[in-house]
Amino acid sequence: MSEFKMPSLGADMESAVLMEWKVKEGDHVTKGQVIAEVETSKGVIEIEVFETGVVEKILVEEETECAVGTPLALIASEGEGREEAVAEAAAEPEKVPPQPEPPSKEEPLKPEPQEEERPAAEPAERVKASPAARRKARELGVDLAALAAGSDRGIQLDAVEAAAETAAKAPEADGMRQAIARAMSRSNAEIPHYYLSTSVNMTPALAWLAALNAKRSIKERILPAALLIRAVVKALEAVPELNGFWQEERHSISKTVNPGIAIALRKGGLITPALLSAETMNLDETMHSLDDLITRTRSGRLRGSEMTQQTVTITNLGDLGVERVYGVIYPPQVAIVGLGRIIDAPWAEGDALSVRKVMQATIAGDHRATDGRTGALFLERLDHFLQNPQELL
Amino acid sequence: MSEKMTYREAVRLGISEAMEKDERVFMMGEDVGRYGGCYAVSMGLQEQFGPQRIIDTPLSESAFTGAGVGAALNGMRPIVEIMTVNFSLLALDQIMNNAATLLHMSGGQFNVPLVIRMATGGGKQLAAQHSHSLEGWFAHIPGLKVLTPATVQDARDMIGLALADPDPVLIFENALLYNAKGELDTAAAPLPIGKALVHREGKDLTILAYGINLFKALEAAETLSKEGIEAEVIDLRSLRPLDDAAIMASLRKTHRVMVVDEGWKSGSISAEIMARINEQAFFELDAPMGRVCSMEVPIPYAKHLEDAVIPQPDKIVAMARRLMEAI
Repeated sequence: MSEFKMPSLGADMESAVLMEWKVKEGDHVTKGQVIAEVETSKGVIEIEVFETGVVEKILVEEETECAVGTPLALIASEGEGREEAVAEAAAEPEKVPPQPEPPSKEEPLKPEPQEEERPAAEPAERVKASPAARRKARELGVDLAALAAGSDRGIQLDAVEAAAETAAKAPEADGMRQAIARAMSRSNAEIPHYYLSTSVNMTPALAWLAALNAKRSIKERILPAALLIRAVVKALEAVPELNGFWQEERHSISKTVNPGIAIALRKGGLITPALLSAETMNLDETMHSLDDLITRTRSGRLRGSEMTQQTVTITNLGDLGVERVYGVIYPPQVAIVGLGRIIDAPWAEGDALSVRKVMQATIAGDHRATDGRTGALFLERLDHFLQNPQELL
Repeated sequence: MSEKMTYREAVRLGISEAMEKDERVFMMGEDVGRYGGCYAVSMGLQEQFGPQRIIDTPLSESAFTGAGVGAALNGMRPIVEIMTVNFSLLALDQIMNNAATLLHMSGGQFNVPLVIRMATGGGKQLAAQHSHSLEGWFAHIPGLKVLTPATVQDARDMIGLALADPDPVLIFENALLYNAKGELDTAAAPLPIGKALVHREGKDLTILAYGINLFKALEAAETLSKEGIEAEVIDLRSLRPLDDAAIMASLRKTHRVMVVDEGWKSGSISAEIMARINEQAFFELDAPMGRVCSMEVPIPYAKHLEDAVIPQPDKIVAMARRLMEAI
């Protein structure tokens, strides 16, 4: 028996509105099943249950705003009787669903030694703010946690009012901007980055892809983006040290590869939802999943796990004409892969000079977790797969 | 009509005006008659009103306070003077078990219109047994009203207000104030019991004080003003009832508050005020509440030690700076 709690779906999230239950009391649910939709500042997100069992009791009605960590429902494990389950839940209010693997993004903001045993969704760290500041923040919609970041001093009224004024002047400083601001500030402050770049001759890969697509219907065609993601995933399988986390002074490598794909939203802002278990997908499945992920991101229907379980990030600013991207690692990840625009460039092979499709691939690595050599190996593998695209099928 | 006089003269004026107005008013206490009162408040009153109305009593606080209760029950309007608050403890049985409770215990049949005046506070090098500030203790007792006149105006007006009240009223006069001079508007209508008064407006923090600490707070506010901190200074005037509305209104403006109280910190009136703010206006606070109280020792005789123990303007300034900083 356990409590299904409001998960934390981002560093800036303190609460969310439970919009819709997808299950009712008595329903059988399986691990990973979407059982509710919640609305956060990032849009409507589907949230999944972490264990298989039966929905014993729904504790929160639809359209209720709940703080992170609020119990939403009681889930009985299989075979557990209803009465006994409810009694047990009452007796053991602390019992929580198992932690999904890997841990969510914002956990390093409040590091604890035993990640695996921690509750999935714990209330955000207590923000030190005066009562007047708290009320004002609520009135003006100011995120106290964002204000508190990086400050040991308590937040007072004037700081909230100033923040509200700044926000009014600069409307883009919304919750998402602030979440990004916080994560990136932390990244630059804490993570010693190393940067490597290499030029990749994309001509073979693009020619191969064109040939492949020529035999297919429009619907079945593969975009270069999917090919690139597939290549990155394969390269990460070869160099797994870059696919994981740096937490508690410890480097842990993730078994699954969940690349966070930077996707721009139409209304502005940027989300990097995860392409979950990308290592299990072939090229077609990667294409299909990417398509699905982009569609759902832009319609605001992401799942909680996609928001929290990224193991590495891929940023591709090529469509904006940028030739080379040096990324800032999203903590606690240890690497970010940057892919630039594919341009026609002079290319020397042997004694001959020719024009080729060239892309700059970069990697920014966390120097605490890995060395430049690891990054170099990764780029070498990435290049290898793009020179031998048939291996990506 | 406005005229300048000392606090002592104002108290005396309040008493004589009341005695002229109402024949039932009389005063008794140790040395109030021929000696003129230990702080010379009643100097000349016996010549004016005679020994029947300005009565010297034996050194027995319990006896003459009890006599005051009896006289009040029988229709008189007694003013009992107790030399200092320390000695009032000898009369505590009469004050608390009789004066404060009789209205309730008689099912509302017997009011006790008794007025007790006493000197309170340190700062005159009179050592521990003459220097304590126990008005906060009396403010704990239901059935009593506790007034703390700080200004010449209140020193005079509160005698009349207290005598007009049908229930027991205790007036605490800080002994250091007797020589202080101030303006008295003889024509002004007295501000009722239970109303606090804003003496200085400010937007940054509220300083709640009473008695002599009002002036220490105003001095501190002056210093703070030079630093750009505008303190609102409020004279509580009455410790029971407390003017909750005025306290919360000021807090809603400044969002920071401190209490200056010459009583010992533990279980003091400042503690009560802070508790009420917590109950009624927690979300107005932008900093933890502060207070400046006496150190928790018997008030020392030696001047430098006495000064160090009781609230002083520099301590108020320091506390104000703390409230203005982040938490």
